[in-house]
Order: sequence, then structure tokens, then C-alpha cells
Amino acid sequence: MSSIGVTQQTAGKGAARAASKKRNRKLVGGYDRRPRWVTYAILALAVVIGILPLYYTLIIGSSTPGEIAANPLPQLFPDASLFANFSAVINSTAFSFWKAFGNSVIIAVVTSLSIVLFSTLAGFSFAKLRFRGRGPLLLFVIATMAVPTQLGVVPLYIVMSQLNWIGQLQAVIVPGLITAFGVFWMTQYLESALPYELIEAARVDGASLFRTFWSIALPAARPAAVMLALFSFVQQWTNFFWPSIVLNQNNPTLPLAVRLLQANYFVDYTLVLAGVFLVTLPLLILFIFAGRQLVAGIMSGAVKG
Amino acid sequence: MSLKSPAPPAPAPEAPYRAPRRVGFSQTLSRWDVKVSPYLYISPFFILFAVTGLFPLVYTAVVSLHQWTLLGGQGDFVGFQNYIDVFNQPNFWKSLRNTFSIFLFSSVPQVVVAIAIAALLDQNLRARTFWRMGVLLPYVVAPVAVGLIFGRLFADQSGLINAWLGAIGIDPVKWHVDVIPSHIAIASMVNFRWTGYNALIFLAAMQAVPRELYEAAIIDGAGRMRQFFSVTVPQIRSTIIFIIITSTIGGLQIFDEPRVYDEYGTGGADKQWLTTTLYLYDLGWGTQANFGRAAAVAWLLFIVIIAIGLVNFAITRRISSGDAPKMTRNQRRAYARANAARRNR
Repeated sequence: MSSIGVTQQTAGKGAARAASKKRNRKLVGGYDRRPRWVTYAILALAVVIGILPLYYTLIIGSSTPGEIAANPLPQLFPDASLFANFSAVINSTAFSFWKAFGNSVIIAVVTSLSIVLFSTLAGFSFAKLRFRGRGPLLLFVIATMAVPTQLGVVPLYIVMSQLNWIGQLQAVIVPGLITAFGVFWMTQYLESALPYELIEAARVDGASLFRTFWSIALPAARPAAVMLALFSFVQQWTNFFWPSIVLNQNNPTLPLAVRLLQANYFVDYTLVLAGVFLVTLPLLILFIFAGRQLVAGIMSGAVKG
Repeated sequence: MSLKSPAPPAPAPEAPYRAPRRVGFSQTLSRWDVKVSPYLYISPFFILFAVTGLFPLVYTAVVSLHQWTLLGGQGDFVGFQNYIDVFNQPNFWKSLRNTFSIFLFSSVPQVVVAIAIAALLDQNLRARTFWRMGVLLPYVVAPVAVGLIFGRLFADQSGLINAWLGAIGIDPVKWHVDVIPSHIAIASMVNFRWTGYNALIFLAAMQAVPRELYEAAIIDGAGRMRQFFSVTVPQIRSTIIFIIITSTIGGLQIFDEPRVYDEYGTGGADKQWLTTTLYLYDLGWGTQANFGRAAAVAWLLFIVIIAIGLVNFAITRRISSGDAPKMTRNQRRAYARANAARRNR
């Protein structure tokens, strides 16, 4: 293989530059080079497809029923009538928007916090404490993730009605207080993130196991706990099936409010879609601030190596 | 010394002298702490799972063998009558057909597109985080919201999709009347929400592929495409199988999207998009208010899902017992989350 210097002398500067370019590309294995514009174009298309339905929601929410009957995309930009529709949704008589919003907040916050606390506690135990039956019990936890427990709704409903919990938030909160996934996730994380030396040091200093958990394990688990809380929050905020069975229109969550909007205002789809956007907005805001964390959470396998 | 006296018992080896000590209360407490606390810490999961997961699932079988209504409560034991009733309702068979059809329309394209997006993301991109977040955005839109938005996009009259089809000379499709079009519309909602999410899981798997394999492939003269099909796809095969299994468990329980596909929420005038879970809901809390039959449907669907899961598992084991690489712990973690996230969708 001739060196670049030789190429430059024999075939000129341009050829030398071309050769060196080609060679560099080969040297880095074709892997680390920047992709061409086609890649960006396809990815941009994927992102646009992801945004388009939300954009469409805003457009329809800014229109009138007559306009959308005449033209499927009546205008290109949302306008002020969007806010009129927002306030119509908020002041709707079919359900109380703020009550639904408050219920969603309560359910999502309480279950997220509880999932993080109990999962970290169980994860600490599974990852760092020795006890009989630890392996089989952990295997059991993992196995339950594959069980479609959603199909037990009929007896669960019977239990809730025995407790007089139908229509009340605890009927949604209590079954969501801890998840098998959360336990598995925190176990995996604490196994690698919490050194035994720290636990031993705390024990030598006379800390009880719970104190060790509270002062050593919980702070160490923070990065994974934040991600777990985020995923739990999104999951509960978007949860529909069980709440739609056990709650009612006097005490709905936001996803139920969406369904109520549809059932009550289907003649005016502009109002319905304005409401849909309003319901989606809190998670969009969350996504702006925490989307990076969500991505990292999904990919944490690769990121943490 | 003719008399043999019984040999004196051999003196026990002298135990190391231990000072008689009082076991302090704090010490007892500490030993108790070490023994019991581990179980105490894991107990919330097991208690809650037993009460809200396992018991209802098992008790579903009991309810399904009884006359049992929403208002009347438990009635007589009727054996398999509820199952016979359900089998005799054409809507049950329609719901199974619809569920599988929607599942196929949602899972196959979703996996293919997600892998393609992951392959694009698995490059040395500028603004990497932006693109990753961009494809994940639909994940935060609730399924009911997606259902309503797409219900409008796929409206039979003055819907955007039909307008676009008209622009390229295709006759308007009756998305809310015909069977297959309604399945495609509902499947597209599922795909919308989950494709980017799965792409990120595939991306994580792709990044775990040893770079040396690509270098070797390049030295052997493999182009981009060849690298993808001969290195990437075989290396992430276990992830692909995993995603298929989890999306089966979640996909066969689909409820939210068909529930809000029209304003009535009963699966269409001719039950074109009645899914099995929607049928279960309608039996239990809709027109019939019959818990016995609803439980029978739940139990049947449960058996179907478990059976498909086991078949999947068997196939997986056969395939991956070959040269497939073992999953790393981190990959397993990524899969598990996908599994959990899908369970309640």
C-alpha cells in the first residue's frame, strides 16, 4: 500500500486527499463515521409521524364541527379557539375536570412513591441479605411478570365491592402499590450498585437492618429509583382498564374523563380532541424534563454496561 | 482388679469456657432483626400479589362455575354451563378472531419497523439524545388518547387518512364499517405508541453486540446491509423473541384502543372490532352484567395466553439453544421492563 506522500507526488493533491479520506473511513471500520443525510431523513420522518397526531389534535381542537366536516385539515396552525375549547372541557357538566386531574395526580404520585419504597426495600433484601429460599422466591417474583393478572378483574371487583371501595380511589391505588417489575428492577440495580463493605460498615456501627436500608441502600438506589418512579407514574397516568371498571363518572381519572368526553360530546369532536390534548399535556411536560431519563431507563442495559 | 467395673463415662471433651452472660435485649433484637427482616422486606410484594393477583386469578375459575351476576351476587353452582353459553355466543368467536387479527397487524410490522429504527439509531448520530427522545414521544400519550385521535384520523367521513388516500386516487376506506380496515386502524394505534419504545430496547441490544464482529465482517467485505442481516439480526435474536413473547401477552389483552374507537365502545355495530377483553368487559359490566360468563371468558383467555406463551417458550428454547449468545444481565433487565410496561396496556 503506497503512503499518502507517494500518492501526492505521483497522482496529485486531490487524489491524495481522496485516498486519505477513503483510508480513514476504512481504518475506523465504517462504524464510527457519521451517517449520511438519508439516515437523518428517515429518522425525521419517524419523529414527524410521532408528532403528527398531536399536531392534528391541536388543529381539530381549534376548529368548529362545520369546518372539520368540510375539510379534514381545516387550518395549518392552532388558534385562540383552542383555549375556548379548553375552558369548555374544564367547565364541562358531564364530569369535573379538576377532580379527574386531582385523582390522577393522587393515584400516580401515591403508587409511584409506594412502588419505589417497597421495591427498593425488597430489592435490598433480595440483592444484599442472605436468607433461606431467596433464590426460589426471586424466581417467583420474576415469573409473576409473565402472568396476565389483568384477567382476574371479576373476583377483584367482587373483593372491592365487599370492601365498599367501588368508586373510590383506594380501589385503584391498593392493587398498584408494588409491582413485580419494580422488585426485579431494584434487585438488579442494588446488586451492582451497593457494595457489601458499606453495609458491613453500617452494621458494625450498630445500625439496624432497616436503618442500613434507609441510610445506605435508599440513597445508593436513587438513580434507578428515579427511573422506576417515572415509569410507574406514566403507567398509572395512562391506566384505563381497571379504573374504568372500578371507578365511575362521579370520581373519574383523566383517562376516564377522556372516555366521558367522547360519550357525551361525540357530536362535537373539536371539544373531544381539545380535551384529549389537555389530558395529554401533563405527560408531555413531564417528557420534556424527564424524557432523557426515560430513554436512559429503557436503554439502561446498554448505558450502564 | 478382677472385677470389671463399668468404665467410667469418657469425660466429654471440655467445652471452651464460656462466661455466663446475659443475652442483652438489644442483642436478641439484633439477631431477630437479621433473621426476620429479610422476609419482612419482601413481604409487601408477596402479600399484595397474593391478594390482588393470584387470588383473583384462581377465584376466576370458581366464579366461572357459578351463576353469578353483578347485582344478584353468587348463585347456584352450574358446572360448565357458563362456558357452554359463551361458546354458543357468536360474539365470543368473533372476539377471538378480532383479537388475533389485530395482534398480527400490530406485532409484525411493529417489530420490523422497530428494528429498522434501532439500526438507524445505532450509528454515530449527531444529536443522539434528540432522536432517541423523538421516537419515544408517543409512549407518553395514553392509549385512550391515542384511540380517540386515531379514531378521528381514520374517520370514514372527512378523516385525514381518507383525504390523503383520495389525494393519491384511492377510494375512501370504511374504517369503522369493514372488518380488516378497522383492525388495521386499531393496530396502528398500538404501533404508534410502542414502536419507538421497542426500538430503544432493540437499540440497547444492538449496542451490546461486540464491535469486533462488525470489524471482522468489514474485513470480509460485508457491506452495510450484509452486516445488518448477518451480524446484527442474529446477535439480537433473543431480544426479538423476547419482544414477541411480551407483546403477545399484552397484545392479546388489548382493551383501551377498541373501547374508544367509536363513541359506543361496544366493538362496532357488527362487532367488527370487539376484542376478547372488551367482550369480557361487556359481559361483566355492560349489557349482560353476568359475572359467571365474564369469568369464563377471562379464564379461557388466560389459558390461551399461557398456551401461546408456552409454545413461544418452547420454540425460543429450541432456537436459542443453538449458537445464540446468552443474554447479559443488563439485557434481561431491559426486557423485563418492557414486559412490565406492556402488561397493563
